Amino acid sequence: MRKILVTLKRVVDSNVRVRVKPDGSGMAVEGLKMSVNPFDEIALEEALRMRERGEAGEVLAVTIGGDECQQQLRTGLAMGADRALLVRCEGEVQPLAAAGILLEVIRREEPDIVIMGKQAIDDDCNQTGQMVATLWGRPQATFASEVKLNGDTARVIREVDAGLETLEVQLPAVITTDLRLNEPRYIKLPDIMKARSKPLETLSADDLVPAAPPALTALSYEPPAQRQKGVVVDDVPALMGMLRERGLVS
Amino acid sequence: MSAVLVVAEHDGQTLHAGVARAVSCGLAIEADRLDVAVLGQDCGGVARQAARIEGVTRVLCLDRSENAKPVAAIRAPQLAALAADGYSHVLGPSTTFGKDLMPRVAALLGVPQVSDIMSVEGDRRFKRPIYAGNAVLTVETPAEHIVVGTARLASWPVAGEDGEAAIEQAQTDVELPEHTSWLELKSAETERPDLQSASVVVSGGRALGSGENFSLLYDLADRLGAAVGASRAAVDAGYVSNDMQVGQTGKIIAPDLYFAIGISGAIQHLTGIKDAGVIVAINKDPEAPIFEVADIGLVGDLFAIVPEIQAAVEDS
Ligand SMILES: Cc1cc2nc3c(=O)[nH]c(=O)nc-3n(C[C@H](O)[C@H](O)[C@H](O)COP(=O)(O)OP(=O)(O)OC[C@H]3O[C@@H](n4cnc5c(N)ncnc54)[C@H](O)[C@@H]3O)c2cc1C
Repeated sequence: MRKILVTLKRVVDSNVRVRVKPDGSGMAVEGLKMSVNPFDEIALEEALRMRERGEAGEVLAVTIGGDECQQQLRTGLAMGADRALLVRCEGEVQPLAAAGILLEVIRREEPDIVIMGKQAIDDDCNQTGQMVATLWGRPQATFASEVKLNGDTARVIREVDAGLETLEVQLPAVITTDLRLNEPRYIKLPDIMKARSKPLETLSADDLVPAAPPALTALSYEPPAQRQKGVVVDDVPALMGMLRERGLVS
Repeated sequence: MSAVLVVAEHDGQTLHAGVARAVSCGLAIEADRLDVAVLGQDCGGVARQAARIEGVTRVLCLDRSENAKPVAAIRAPQLAALAADGYSHVLGPSTTFGKDLMPRVAALLGVPQVSDIMSVEGDRRFKRPIYAGNAVLTVETPAEHIVVGTARLASWPVAGEDGEAAIEQAQTDVELPEHTSWLELKSAETERPDLQSASVVVSGGRALGSGENFSLLYDLADRLGAAVGASRAAVDAGYVSNDMQVGQTGKIIAPDLYFAIGISGAIQHLTGIKDAGVIVAINKDPEAPIFEVADIGLVGDLFAIVPEIQAAVEDS
């Protein structure tokens, strides 16, 4: 039976507006509602559906971070993951470092498919899945909107700028999710109770990867340039008048 | 000695319009030279287009049958080998093509990637948006290592067209994987301008209510010579295809004129249009957040207003 590894990142909830700290030293995230990165929820949902269709056996949810990330792993277990693994790590984990840690987890767990979100909504990097696939020496199918498994291959429809592209990749492979792959299920109360007794293992990142790879240094954070609020016009002739005045329509 | 390598995106025939923007980003690094790498099969035509971009020193062609389609796992090892041969920076466009490919190049080179470069503050210092554009982060790349990045195209002007760069064949001696097969690309047929380079864009949201109702916007767009875009809600509902989505997880665009019609103005949508010249919002809810960023707002029912605009444009 295929084994699936899914990664879950703890991020500020997508409905919360995050602001820059007044001194520009970071983002003011203290006390904000935290959630599983929405793209990662989609990744887990896809893995669960594969298992429910009988296409996969075990679904393992992995995260990297502090103890507080157990919360997101418990959410993953409540959604239906069989096991969870927290790789404990202090401070910010950039994509290349995360990929190096995940590679070690992959070596231990030997999954057939790794499903990850295409980007995390905090750093918006869109890199980690591709880096994992590269370090692992395996194919990638990024920005997936449909995945079909067939023996030791996956046929993946990808959302690209020009439309929908189809790739066939040999397993094991890394798949990253786009928003239209599926709609994640809601968690019911009994699932939360059940999740409490599911196994959640903890490892230390330092034990897995002795030396951190080169990293970017964050120098400063600033709010984006604000657009000025414009005018509200009363009717179409007024709108057209303004557009003509600016030479935007003839 | 710094030298920049820019990765060309193309479909085998035509150079992607974003390459001339990525070149502008590369030129901002003020390197001693800037080369463009064209990976493809029989890509001489694309190479000639790249050679006309002003500021390009050389165009390097990696012509081989495995490069016929844009498979990241196949192109990345060739690019990494090329980049490691004397370049200080390697840049791609922040399109789905560049986002797929460049992290593989970075991982092969063992360096971090700077995604979505919106400004160059020094040869190792860059600004990039985070949190759906709610903040701008200045980062510095590690000393002594090659810099890998993607250029946020809406932040960069199109470089001039009077260049005369030399075109050279390049070769890399790397093994290419066979684990990935490219099967097909389905593109929505359209005669309208490309969303990412159009000077006028007409976008619709959930309020359109159906795919048929989008014809209102197509008619207006055709009159204006505009491209048509959409919010995620309109794409999710199946009114239009995915390649029309504008926003954090769709296309980031910077037209001279943008119409947001029946779009509420969620942060994820706004992050895709903040560099637009003039934003016109049409929404029946005067409290809709889109009015906070719109240059010209009109409160009312789009099904009455859009035909009126259409008539006004036809009259002129
Ligand atoms: C991780 C993540 C990524 C996302 N990425 C994107 C993205 O890339 N792009 C994107 O667009 N969204 C994105 N979203 C979704 C975003 O949060 C919003 O849900 C979405 O933009 C809403 O689309 P909308 O404005 O069309 O719909 P709604 O928010 O439902 O707004 C519809 C608007 O139409 C108005 N209206 C209704 N009827 C009429 C009428 N007859 N005439 C005039 N006005 C009318 C209403 O007043 C309302 O303001 C993302 C969300 C998440 C969580």
